[in-house]
Amino acid sequence: MAKQAKQQVDQGKRSFLIAATAGMGAVGATAVAVPFVASMLPSERAKAAGAPVEVDISKVAPGEMLPVEWRGKPVWVLHLTPEMKASLGQHNDKLSDPMLEVTSQQPEYCKNATRSLKPDVVVMIGICTHLGCSPTAKLQTGGDMGADWTGGFFCPCHGSKFDLAGRVFKGSPAPINLEVPPHKYLSDTVLLIGDDSKGTA
Amino acid sequence: MKNCMKCMLDWVDARFPLTANWKTHLSEYYAPKNFNFWYYFGSLALLVLVIQIVTGIFLTMHYKPEATLAFSSVEYIMRDVTGGWIIRYMHSTGASMFFVVVYLHMFRGLLYGSHRNPRELIWLFGVGIFLCLMGEAFFGYLLPWGQMSYWGAQVIINLFTSIPFVGPDISEWLRGDYVVSDATLNRFFAFHVIALPLVLLGLVVAHIIALHEVGSNNPDGIEIKAKKDPKTHIPLDGIPFHPYYTVKDIMGTVAFLIVFSAVVFFAPEMGGYFLEANNFIPANPLVTPPHIAPVWYFTPYYSILRAVPPILNSQFPGVVAMGASVVIFAFLPWLDRSPVKSIRYRGPLYKRWLAAFVVSFLVLGYLGTEPSNVWGQFAASMPIIGGADRATVVARFFMAIYFAFFLLMPWYSKSDTTKPVPERVTA
Repeated sequence: MAKQAKQQVDQGKRSFLIAATAGMGAVGATAVAVPFVASMLPSERAKAAGAPVEVDISKVAPGEMLPVEWRGKPVWVLHLTPEMKASLGQHNDKLSDPMLEVTSQQPEYCKNATRSLKPDVVVMIGICTHLGCSPTAKLQTGGDMGADWTGGFFCPCHGSKFDLAGRVFKGSPAPINLEVPPHKYLSDTVLLIGDDSKGTA
Repeated sequence: MKNCMKCMLDWVDARFPLTANWKTHLSEYYAPKNFNFWYYFGSLALLVLVIQIVTGIFLTMHYKPEATLAFSSVEYIMRDVTGGWIIRYMHSTGASMFFVVVYLHMFRGLLYGSHRNPRELIWLFGVGIFLCLMGEAFFGYLLPWGQMSYWGAQVIINLFTSIPFVGPDISEWLRGDYVVSDATLNRFFAFHVIALPLVLLGLVVAHIIALHEVGSNNPDGIEIKAKKDPKTHIPLDGIPFHPYYTVKDIMGTVAFLIVFSAVVFFAPEMGGYFLEANNFIPANPLVTPPHIAPVWYFTPYYSILRAVPPILNSQFPGVVAMGASVVIFAFLPWLDRSPVKSIRYRGPLYKRWLAAFVVSFLVLGYLGTEPSNVWGQFAASMPIIGGADRATVVARFFMAIYFAFFLLMPWYSKSDTTKPVPERVTA
């Protein structure tokens, strides 16, 4: 009896075994979680659906805007009038990023005054960079946007304001300008949105 | 006959603690005898939970969680399913009434210190229930696949995009697609009808078990267990929950159901606050409705999100502020340092801060339902705020009060004067 009482529980060994069992259990649970978490990622079908779209812009008159769907998002093709183009250079002091310093918001070839390949046709993704609503086109000057409004876009969700080239006005909740999608012209009037690779399309 | 009932009960009790549970939670659960009006809302929340679960089960019998069918299946429920309209209106009204009841239930806690020691865990389970409820409301709101459903989900999922580095991947993972789509709808359905309800039920059980372990607080904020009958060990100021409070709660249930039915039958859309007009238009991924606002119960937090300007080209600070405005409730038991629990024995400081908090909650809530330019802009020539929306500046002011109520509480609650607390509960 006395001998048995002396046989104490080896606490160090017990703690080690408990920690090792719990550790193995945690590794196992994590491994099991992987396929479940991964199943929520975009499926192969969703990935395949993001093909580029072709747009004929010959019927978009100056001052008009054509919304196009690309990858489920609205892409705007805006044909600027000479007055609209002239207004773009006149309010740089009111913009957050007039010189387009955030490089992720447009391809390198659109880093110019109108953020476009052709100086009178602006192509941009019509999704506010704040929280993803689609801003409303307020292309006319003045109106309900106030007397000093020079035309642009107003996001109804949180009140962000953009000019006609999609550059964000100071004081808007949107942090950066509207994004310009990769695009190129297949001919003078046919635009390809979603692909800007050189060579034949 | 009576003997037979008795022997059946004995048979069950030998195998399952039925009578023991009945006693612990109802017939011998001693609640303070001085409960007042504010103590209706716990049992009413339970009632609304039952309404939501039952109506929800019947809605899933006809609803189709598929992007091309969802909108029309809801219209089918409204027009062609026998009694479908009343089941759906009960569910949509129930969602709003759930928040009415829960907000009043939480306010009761702030009045009488129900979150204070030893009830911190009850409060934490309650905050968990509140978060689950917000999740339920958000996931459920996508299901009708209307314009507000679509753009609401788009905005909330994009909140995660603002998290530095991993944000865009997280929102893509949540959506299961590059835009809100059928994949998103399908998984939101799964979250809404099974995942969150399970968590919610578990939390409700934990909330009640914790409550019945420490006992209910009361409008005097004193512990009735401190004064017990020396023979029976029953609190002198306690009365058995059943029949006293079951009867009281039935009375509250009747009054609540009158209001509830009035809304269901006469104003199910509640002037656009319970069901928004734009949600009767099918989801269109290319056009955001001209005026978009969340349902009323989210508007205070939404105002806070909108009031915070982007910092360093990132909207993350606004998202953090909005998240903090909800999560901060969890810290209340430790922020409050007053020696007394109930507002009856607190001094003027806490009363004024609580009033200021309620006012800012309501003002932020109102502003969240309106476009940010509702009151026009300050003149561009004004210093600092020149050109800013008036409503945004007002929202910033009340946001500051909202957070100050919590963050300054350790100081003002401690330095506040107090009145002597009675030994026994008062009438």
